[in-house]
Amino acid sequence: MTGICKSFPGARVLTDVDLDVERGEVHALIGENGAGKSTLMKILAGVHTPDEGTIALDGRTVSFKHPTDAQRAGVSIIYQELTLLPERTVAENVFLGREPKRRGLVDRAAMETATGRLLDELGEASFGPRDLVRRLSVAQQQVVEIVKALSVDARIVVMDEPTAALAESEVELLYRLVRRLSERGVAVLYISHRLREIFELADRVTVLKDGAKVTTLPIGELTTAGLVRLMVGRELTDYYPARATRPPGDVLLAVRGGGNDTLDGIDLELRAGEIVGLAGLQGAGRTELAKALFGAEPFTRGEMTPRRPGSVRDGIAAGIGLVTEDRKSEGLALHQSVRDNALLVARARRGRVGTPVLDLLKRVRLAPPSPEKEVRYLSGGNQQKVVLAKWLTVAPNVLLFDEPTRGVDVGAKAAIHELVRELAEDGMAVLMISSELPELIGMSDRVVVLRDGRIAGHLPADSSEEAVMHLAAGS
Amino acid sequence: MTQQLRTTLPTRGLALRGIAADSPARPVFMALGVMLILGWALFAFDGGQFFDESNIVGIQQRSAALGIVAVGQTLAILAGSLDLSVAFLMSLSSLVAAETMAQYGVLPAIGAVLAVSALTGFVNGFAITTLKVHAFIATLGVSLIIKGILEYRYDGPAGRVPESFQHLGYDRVGPVPVSALLWLAIAAAAWFVLRRTPLGYRIYAVGGGPEVARLSGVRTDRVIVATHVLCSLTAGVAGLLLAARLGAGAPTVGTDGGYDLESIAAVVLGGTALAGGKGGVAGTVGGVLLLAVLDSVFNQLEIDSFAKDVVRGVVLVAALAIYARRRLAR
Repeated sequence: MTGICKSFPGARVLTDVDLDVERGEVHALIGENGAGKSTLMKILAGVHTPDEGTIALDGRTVSFKHPTDAQRAGVSIIYQELTLLPERTVAENVFLGREPKRRGLVDRAAMETATGRLLDELGEASFGPRDLVRRLSVAQQQVVEIVKALSVDARIVVMDEPTAALAESEVELLYRLVRRLSERGVAVLYISHRLREIFELADRVTVLKDGAKVTTLPIGELTTAGLVRLMVGRELTDYYPARATRPPGDVLLAVRGGGNDTLDGIDLELRAGEIVGLAGLQGAGRTELAKALFGAEPFTRGEMTPRRPGSVRDGIAAGIGLVTEDRKSEGLALHQSVRDNALLVARARRGRVGTPVLDLLKRVRLAPPSPEKEVRYLSGGNQQKVVLAKWLTVAPNVLLFDEPTRGVDVGAKAAIHELVRELAEDGMAVLMISSELPELIGMSDRVVVLRDGRIAGHLPADSSEEAVMHLAAGS
Repeated sequence: MTQQLRTTLPTRGLALRGIAADSPARPVFMALGVMLILGWALFAFDGGQFFDESNIVGIQQRSAALGIVAVGQTLAILAGSLDLSVAFLMSLSSLVAAETMAQYGVLPAIGAVLAVSALTGFVNGFAITTLKVHAFIATLGVSLIIKGILEYRYDGPAGRVPESFQHLGYDRVGPVPVSALLWLAIAAAAWFVLRRTPLGYRIYAVGGGPEVARLSGVRTDRVIVATHVLCSLTAGVAGLLLAARLGAGAPTVGTDGGYDLESIAAVVLGGTALAGGKGGVAGTVGGVLLLAVLDSVFNQLEIDSFAKDVVRGVVLVAALAIYARRRLAR
């Protein structure tokens, strides 16, 4: 891939990226969230077409307009979310859309034999071609995806964060599979931000940052520290509001030994006047922790003060609010007015709204503060302010922010930062999740790092990005 | 792990599994068994004979038309779609059949009916895929169009079906009516399509995950159009059967029978997921038989039709609640 550029409306995602992968090589592609890894991969897969730049396979220039073009050329993608039909068998999934035929009819036997052979080749004996995909574990389903890739004679297999959904023991199996693929001469493009995996598997590493390539180096020339520096190496030039002026106040929320399906052994205290940053890689359980504290996906174990919420209503009653990561589907009713959205929570509680809506909108600096406008016509920043206003109507003690500035322009970002700090100054306890490390570090009075659903460590204000990444990646 | 996975294959009901190839069909046949025993007991209590030839024949005859169209409906639902236009299409088919037969004879009439139904199915499929109208609305719209045509052209039964064709409606081989054989043949054909042909595999794929199917190179639009054509063809055949019974075509014969919603009810009773991708024809056959046995019991006990509808409603909701629990339990 040479000189790849791609823009989406409002944002340039990739700038002049070059990438080459050799036969039998495991090539790792790393970078922070939003560095452009997934977009680059989707271009290779024919899901997106590049604005500029070319792709060449074995020296021949190709252009993929549809995922099937890429498949036919021997490029197989294993997406982060698995793309299998749960109600069909392994063999049916592997040959989906390309069923072998005999006299016009599907040749089940041939299909199952071929699938069985590929499973054998990969040394996979824990399930067979006739098992329903629904009954397989996530790791086994990943094996099915890999078999599917092999069955089309893929020459390049792209894996997007393949270990994100795997348990520790299953990761080993995946390593083995990746090595077998490369032994067969397949080029593997391995996307991950778990450094340990990269040192385990990769021959070469390409680092992306802010949509541009930083470098490509053989793994032998890199150390963990060096790799982290390449990934995050930028200066904290952004402006963040001043930190808390007073020492933190009373404990407003405390968890001891909190756990559920995804979380375990969570000990956490949130105090009045304090902003706690919550860091971690994708899949580490950050959103899940926020939802557990709020009661949307409750803890099933552990103690919590105030009372452990069993539902969202409990959470709200206990004075906890959650500004969700996905404001369009979880935070706002897009076709309703600003006023209706701002009053959503208050109305659900049948409580009286103390402050007039207009005052609230001014307080969150909605510009212009027009309560009758449908929220879908607002900018991302203004939408986020409406979500905030929604919570302020019930005056919570604890506010949890999940990626509050995602998809928000720079100006609105600063405004939201100031608001969050103001709320803390007014005596609220704030927990903030952000995948942008500079933002997280710039905003937080202290940082809690999650890894694999557990707390990996605590860091003071102004810790380095490297320190956070080391804890998050477990290296 | 090996052991555990291998043993999850059911050892019981293997014969049934052979037919259905999907466990969802099992509960409906169990329910059917229970209903048969219950029916037998109630009949005996009431002084009747449940397994009496006339009752058995009656059950089959009542089932045949619904059974045929429910097979088509199964295909549409498996592909993640559904068809509300089948009832009006059946009425239209009965009229086209009777009028063409009166003038040109049986074979041209069958051809005309199949052509009209295939066209209707194509329009349904076109509206859903190319015009991107939700299946519910698209097929509702098409059924309104047919209704308009029917009301404009007919105000009562029309046409005449010759004796020779009425055999389809009334003849039987031993205790099995010809109409039931026709139903069985159509169900078997659909089963074969689903189990053995590429189209069948694609129907499951499109219903189970349209995006998955698309990314695997399946032309999803064609599959949906094909299922709608097949579904409408079954409605056409069911219309032919009704015409043979009546000896004429009638503009309300489809809607009076409630074949649109009833066929959907039979499909989901049979364990096919309304969202598509899971289920099969065997379950639908069971669902249709279950509804017919219920009917026969009600008739014997002379329960009035309101109570009948209440019980059928309860059975339907209860059945789906059971399926939902089974899904959660896994």
